[in-house]
Amino acid sequence: MTAMGGMLLHQIIAGLATGGIYASVALALVMIYQATHLVNFAQGELAMFATYICWSLLQAGVPYWAAFFITAAGAFVLGVLVERLIVRLVEDAPVLAVVIVFIGLLVIFNSLAGWIFGYAIQPFPSPFPAQPPFGNAYVSSHELGSIAITLVLLAMLFVFFRFTSLGLAMRAAAQNPQSSRLVGIRVGWMLALGWGLAGAIGAVAGMMIAPTVFLEPNMMSGILLYAFAAALLGGIDSPGGAVLGGFIVGVLENIVGALLGTELKLTVALVLIVGVLVIRPAGLFGKVHVTRV
Amino acid sequence: MKLQRFLPIVLIVLACAMPFLVSNYRVFQLTMVLVYAIALLGLNMLTGFNGQISLGHGAFYAIGAYTAAVLMDRFGLPYWAVVPVAGAVCGLAGFLFGLPALRLEGLYLSLATFALGVAMPQILKYKGLEHWTGGAMGVTLTKPDPPEGLPLSQDQWLYFVVLAWLLVLFWLGANLLEGRIGRAMVAIRDQPIAARAMGVDTARVKTLTFGISALYTGIAGALGAIAVQFVSPDAFGVFLSISLLVGIVVGGLASVSGAIYGALFIQFVPSVAEQVSKSAPWAIYGLLLIVFMVLMPGGVAGVVRALLARVVDRKRRR
Amino acid sequence: MKRRTLLLGATALGSTPTWSQGAKKYGPGASDTEIKLGQTMAYSGPASAYGTIGKLHTAYFRMLNEQGGVNGRRINLISLDDGYSPPKTVEQVRRLVEQDEVLALFQTLGTAGNSAIHKYVNAKKVPHLFVASGASKWADPKNFPWTLGFNLSYRAEGQIYARYLVKSRPAAKIAVLYQNDDFGKDMLNGLKDGLGAAGAKMIVAEASYEVTDPTVDSQVLTLQGSGADTFINIATPKFAAQAIRKAWDSGWKPLHIVNNVGTSVGTVLTPAGLDKSTGLLTLQYYRDPNDPQWKDDPHMLEWRAFMGRYYREGDPRDASNLYAYLTAQTMVHILKACGNDLTRENLMRQATSIKALKLPLMLPGLTLNSSPSDYVLVKQAQLSRFTGSRWEGFGEVLSTVG
Repeated sequence: MTAMGGMLLHQIIAGLATGGIYASVALALVMIYQATHLVNFAQGELAMFATYICWSLLQAGVPYWAAFFITAAGAFVLGVLVERLIVRLVEDAPVLAVVIVFIGLLVIFNSLAGWIFGYAIQPFPSPFPAQPPFGNAYVSSHELGSIAITLVLLAMLFVFFRFTSLGLAMRAAAQNPQSSRLVGIRVGWMLALGWGLAGAIGAVAGMMIAPTVFLEPNMMSGILLYAFAAALLGGIDSPGGAVLGGFIVGVLENIVGALLGTELKLTVALVLIVGVLVIRPAGLFGKVHVTRV
Repeated sequence: MKLQRFLPIVLIVLACAMPFLVSNYRVFQLTMVLVYAIALLGLNMLTGFNGQISLGHGAFYAIGAYTAAVLMDRFGLPYWAVVPVAGAVCGLAGFLFGLPALRLEGLYLSLATFALGVAMPQILKYKGLEHWTGGAMGVTLTKPDPPEGLPLSQDQWLYFVVLAWLLVLFWLGANLLEGRIGRAMVAIRDQPIAARAMGVDTARVKTLTFGISALYTGIAGALGAIAVQFVSPDAFGVFLSISLLVGIVVGGLASVSGAIYGALFIQFVPSVAEQVSKSAPWAIYGLLLIVFMVLMPGGVAGVVRALLARVVDRKRRR
Repeated sequence: MKRRTLLLGATALGSTPTWSQGAKKYGPGASDTEIKLGQTMAYSGPASAYGTIGKLHTAYFRMLNEQGGVNGRRINLISLDDGYSPPKTVEQVRRLVEQDEVLALFQTLGTAGNSAIHKYVNAKKVPHLFVASGASKWADPKNFPWTLGFNLSYRAEGQIYARYLVKSRPAAKIAVLYQNDDFGKDMLNGLKDGLGAAGAKMIVAEASYEVTDPTVDSQVLTLQGSGADTFINIATPKFAAQAIRKAWDSGWKPLHIVNNVGTSVGTVLTPAGLDKSTGLLTLQYYRDPNDPQWKDDPHMLEWRAFMGRYYREGDPRDASNLYAYLTAQTMVHILKACGNDLTRENLMRQATSIKALKLPLMLPGLTLNSSPSDYVLVKQAQLSRFTGSRWEGFGEVLSTVG
């Protein structure tokens, strides 16, 4: 019994580690949703592309933390450019047309990454020590470190949206663009800022994920689904919910796999997530929107 | 007005003439266009007309394809019988999926459908179903022969079979969408609360739409399986679902003719992109998607409609 | 005019006729100046990592054409993307056969795609050569006489591992990680076949993963928890590397057998960690370009020179680039043997009568053989152990039973 319990504990801890991965990408998705009320399906590919930029810098001999911050800043700029140059062109189009633009971006960045950097998997360094803390066999220093960074990002976002005027302006611009313009908020630039921040968060997520899963152009495709599920499970307008959702999805996935076998792991995990949503349609911590007639 | 009546007839005549004007290989490609058009009409009903966004319609296509394959290969049913059965099975599946989906709105519904689309390959590979589905190895089908006496090749015969299905389904679909249920669907999309206040049974219409939409896509899947002569689980993954979504948006949401434009797009544009750039064809495809959306946010059907309106307008002014 | 033909005819009769050198016979896609070959390849989609195979072929034939081609004819390889999607494969192959009218199909990639066109190409009598898939069904001369595989099949590989274990570790407790598709399941079935009814009890745990899974850490933990002391890793490079690393990090030190697809020193073991890969066992039939023991081998240097000159964007650490080179050489070998009789029938005849072909980049001692009743081209392999820096073959060259 204890062997089973020990194994389960190991799975749960591993699930928290994978969950950290989902949480970081979910955070980027929520970020962009809060700023634009749209889910950017290309977020994963943008993050992957940014990670490749970092990798190129590292290959050129740039030290890790310099490359890290240059990449995060570069991803911010890339996000802003994508919004100002491409997304802005369809801002009055129906929602689904914008979704197709996102799919277009997804496909472009994926294809470009494959063409420029090739498809072989590349190891990606971690800033954290190689030895696991206290020599334990459950979780590596990198996994713990990435979770810590995700939580720090979450805290920063929370403070930003709750306590700064810029954060308030961004939320207002997303929720009610017309009224926001009336009070002098530059809605267009708020959107661009949102994209920039999402890009930077995505890049950080990518740089934390790559050491674990190895860097390759298709690195993010599987993760995006779970991150999407995690973001919605937690409630699409709640950054804290998204992070918690990520951990829940990670642990759930592993427990299902350990207890029921791996043949239907993906299916069962998704059924459970959708099941939760059917019971709580706005996610665990999302706000239920009441529309006035 | 006469133009609008005239145009479909011209198109049908053209469609009937095509198989005799081009090679068998092209006939096969055009058959796939017709198949996708049926699937896109199904998805358009749900997403375009009824506003329920589905990111996983490839799953219903897969169910239709596998139903046809299993019935033909394991139970020996003839091809003309399996298509309606596949449609019925999918219709039921869609209806059943639509029931819990009633609780989900917008983004959450799209996740649920996306999850369905992602999980379908794994379900099809499941050991327990392997005896029928052939597991990861898939099922091979034989192409039907034209009936005795008709001087048609297999490809041409199948083309006409699919064309017949398309004409029937499109005619039924257009009637449905222009009628009471169609109006209810659109009303639910645009003003759900007002619709309910006016007495529309939103729950029933929404689940019914899901079912019909799945039925159409399932029939398309069955016909597609017969045309390709092969089904395997990984051919029906996320990419198919995303392609279908691309098809209805590029073709034109809430438009019956949009299904045809969209089908032409998803069938031929990837090859065009490959010719433009051998090294990064999908980057070109993505670029085309963005260009299409920027220039025609209402889809090709929207542009065609605007052009026709201008022609009619000019005629009237004279 | 007539007299000249008579004279020529007389000389022809007088000299010893070698059919292949003399009469010019052309099937579709062949002419005095050109030989057209067709191929579908995964340049996009989930298997796009294998796209390098098609690119290498294109580069190889370009080199060959610059050197004069095959018997004076240039090779025109039409390689189309099918995105690893069977319906697209069907469409592209129909185009190659019906529109481009190629002489033969060469190294079409992917088990599912090839399954979809299997019946069609045999019905159309198009040589379907050196299928780039490890499924075992391509060696079926009775039912599909126009299809010929190349790879050592996954099933055969599984059987070899099974037989090795039954012989050297009969009390082993085996845990298997496998990719949930035709590749993984085929090798798993081969393994179970090789263990037989008696050995079936040796497998104590199985865990599968989907290509969309981010990591296989959870699966590795499950397998470790079963108490197994032997781990069979049936995974593609990314997941094989993850599994190797996770097993080590979790303190699990089984006898770790990794399948041939996941053995590249450059693209799998280095990311996983060379120290964590020490002691791994695998099966090989061609040389690993990153193995230091071949560093100064003249044939390896020739391959590197080719890569540097004609396929600069290709990754010399990727074993697929060596595999593609081997298949291209084999194709050229049988095209040369056809001489001036470039009909589909003769091409098939040459392909099914390969006698002891020694390709220098295969492992020493291994040869390719085929006959009209034996469509299995690669029938030999050798077990190897990773020393921490290179793969070292041990034991004798094993023969697979088809």
